[in-house]
Amino acid sequence: MLPSLVKRQQISKSMVYLSPVLAFVLSLLAGVILFIIMGVSPLAALHSYFVEPLSSSYNLAELAVKATPLVLIGVALSLGFKAGVWNIGAEGQLTMGGLCGGVVALYFYDQQGFYILPLMLAAGMAGGMAWAGIVAFLRVRFNANEILTSLMLSYVAGLFLNLMVHGPLKDPDGFNFPESRLFGDSAMLPILIEGTRLHVGALMALIAVGLGWVIISRTLLGYQIKVAGSAPAASAHAGFSGARIIWITLLIGGAMAGLAGVIEVSGPIGQLLPSISPGYGFTAIIVAYVGRLHPVGALFAGILLALTYLGGEMAQIQLNLPVAVTGVFQGLLLFFLLACDVLIHYRVQFGKPALAREKR
Amino acid sequence: MEAYIPMLLTIITAATPLLFAAIGEMVTEKSGVLNLGVEGMMVMGAIIGFLTVHVTGSATFAILAAIMAGMVMAALFGVLILYFHASQVPTGLALTIFGVGLSALVGQSMIGVAYQGIPDVSIPFLSDIPLLGDLLFNHDIMVYLSVLMVGLVHLFLTRTRAGLILRAVGDSHDAAHAMGYSVIRIRFLATLFGGAMAGLGGAYLSLAYSPLWVEQMTAGRGWIALALVVFASWRPWRVLFGAYLFGGISILQLHAQAYGIAVPAQVMSMLPYLATIVVLVIISRDLSKIRINAPASLGRSFHPSK
Repeated sequence: MLPSLVKRQQISKSMVYLSPVLAFVLSLLAGVILFIIMGVSPLAALHSYFVEPLSSSYNLAELAVKATPLVLIGVALSLGFKAGVWNIGAEGQLTMGGLCGGVVALYFYDQQGFYILPLMLAAGMAGGMAWAGIVAFLRVRFNANEILTSLMLSYVAGLFLNLMVHGPLKDPDGFNFPESRLFGDSAMLPILIEGTRLHVGALMALIAVGLGWVIISRTLLGYQIKVAGSAPAASAHAGFSGARIIWITLLIGGAMAGLAGVIEVSGPIGQLLPSISPGYGFTAIIVAYVGRLHPVGALFAGILLALTYLGGEMAQIQLNLPVAVTGVFQGLLLFFLLACDVLIHYRVQFGKPALAREKR
Repeated sequence: MEAYIPMLLTIITAATPLLFAAIGEMVTEKSGVLNLGVEGMMVMGAIIGFLTVHVTGSATFAILAAIMAGMVMAALFGVLILYFHASQVPTGLALTIFGVGLSALVGQSMIGVAYQGIPDVSIPFLSDIPLLGDLLFNHDIMVYLSVLMVGLVHLFLTRTRAGLILRAVGDSHDAAHAMGYSVIRIRFLATLFGGAMAGLGGAYLSLAYSPLWVEQMTAGRGWIALALVVFASWRPWRVLFGAYLFGGISILQLHAQAYGIAVPAQVMSMLPYLATIVVLVIISRDLSKIRINAPASLGRSFHPSK
């Protein structure tokens, strides 16, 4: 008899938390198979991916540096996804944030001052918010699907950044390379631990987790977000404004992605380049899901996904593995998570599918 | 007129990948399934097609392999959303993330490899007609196939019993289920068809449009195809019109410089994406029109024991 799925009377609370763990284990197994197919020793590969990144304080700091943008965006996207607002263009909002913050840094490049960095952060958040605001406006005013518009705007943002670093923002002394000047010291995020690249952005990510948690569990807005996502009809009936939720969640998402962008350019990168993100905006979608659309979950998920980036770099250096493995692994993780989530609402029954039918 | 022929020809080649992907996705959506993984299925079709043509030397095998690649990807999606009841939006996103990553991995060795492209097939006699002959009857086989598919899909949806059932499943899965149709199986088949077409669209990119492999060479065309389905309000011939319209827009960027228009290349490259947004806005503002045309069960998950 084939196993069949029977709907649970109540959702399984334990599976809500077990599912990401199970998904991770299954992705690991799939990864091992992948490495064997590629002719790489699975043990060596797993060592590069999961031991090496955790093996020194420098690497741990690097992990936090990579987790920072993922957590920032992941927390914000969680709020939106919970409300059923599918902002998947965080990559573009990140790009515009980085660009706007970068313009401020370049404007003050020969000056020193405590005001430069706050201005940059504000400009970055404003840039990301504006980019997401377009999506919100088109959705609320014209009913245009936010999935498609936010994604199209990501391509536009990428091309716009490219245009800027090839043109107006190009380093005049840079031998015609498409990149900006290096930012001045005042435009760089303070380093937390000497000898590493760990910067104050990591603290901002932790604050974002705290704020996200307060919003979702302690405020009326958080309640409205949850109702809007799980029962849109009830939400409208209760007089909650759908348009308001769309605006707020998209603007928060844009602001956090923009902040992540400016943190990247004023932290690990230190200048504007044709591309300032290895897909953090897209990976943050996975972060939000693996984190169960919960801010604290996004923190752990962000660290896990940061591990795939750092591990990917380690494996590239040590085993000459292509960086693309990272993307495959991230995709697999999300697949397995979505598959395992079936166990939250259903239980597996072996044999006797007749019982399932009686319950109807 | 003669001077415009080469430009019109490039519009047709630029439109063909969009047409394949969009007509496939339209059928999928007609069954009530929203597959946001078109980009991932396309990019896998592109690399698998390109790999196959290099291993076997046969364009026919390459096209078949690309169809298979798209279908395997679609099957992965179909199993997750139909049998594991995963939510369609995140699963589609996962399919794209996975496809982009896997294609980059598989295509590692193919970067910088060239291919001469699929040969054109001139239709005898018809291609000898002045102007029109060159424009309409002197293409590679896949261009003809793409237009043929539109006609077949149109006939299938409006003139066959199976097409009627497919639409019923998309409009009300509960009613279709009550009438004894297997909602899950029909949706799975429609999803597979969407995958096959997306694979073909990808193969057209890497075998004919620009016969080489570049990472992420689909460059958002899968997403534009999704927008095209909305633009066409789920009607096959409007998908054709939309694809050629977008083909035209993306060709503008190539010809602007030839005509001495001093617009930066990046700005021209933004055009298809901006046009997609503009078109979406124009189409979507009439909410009642969308409601009438969109399959009523689109994006909703179905479980018979509910």
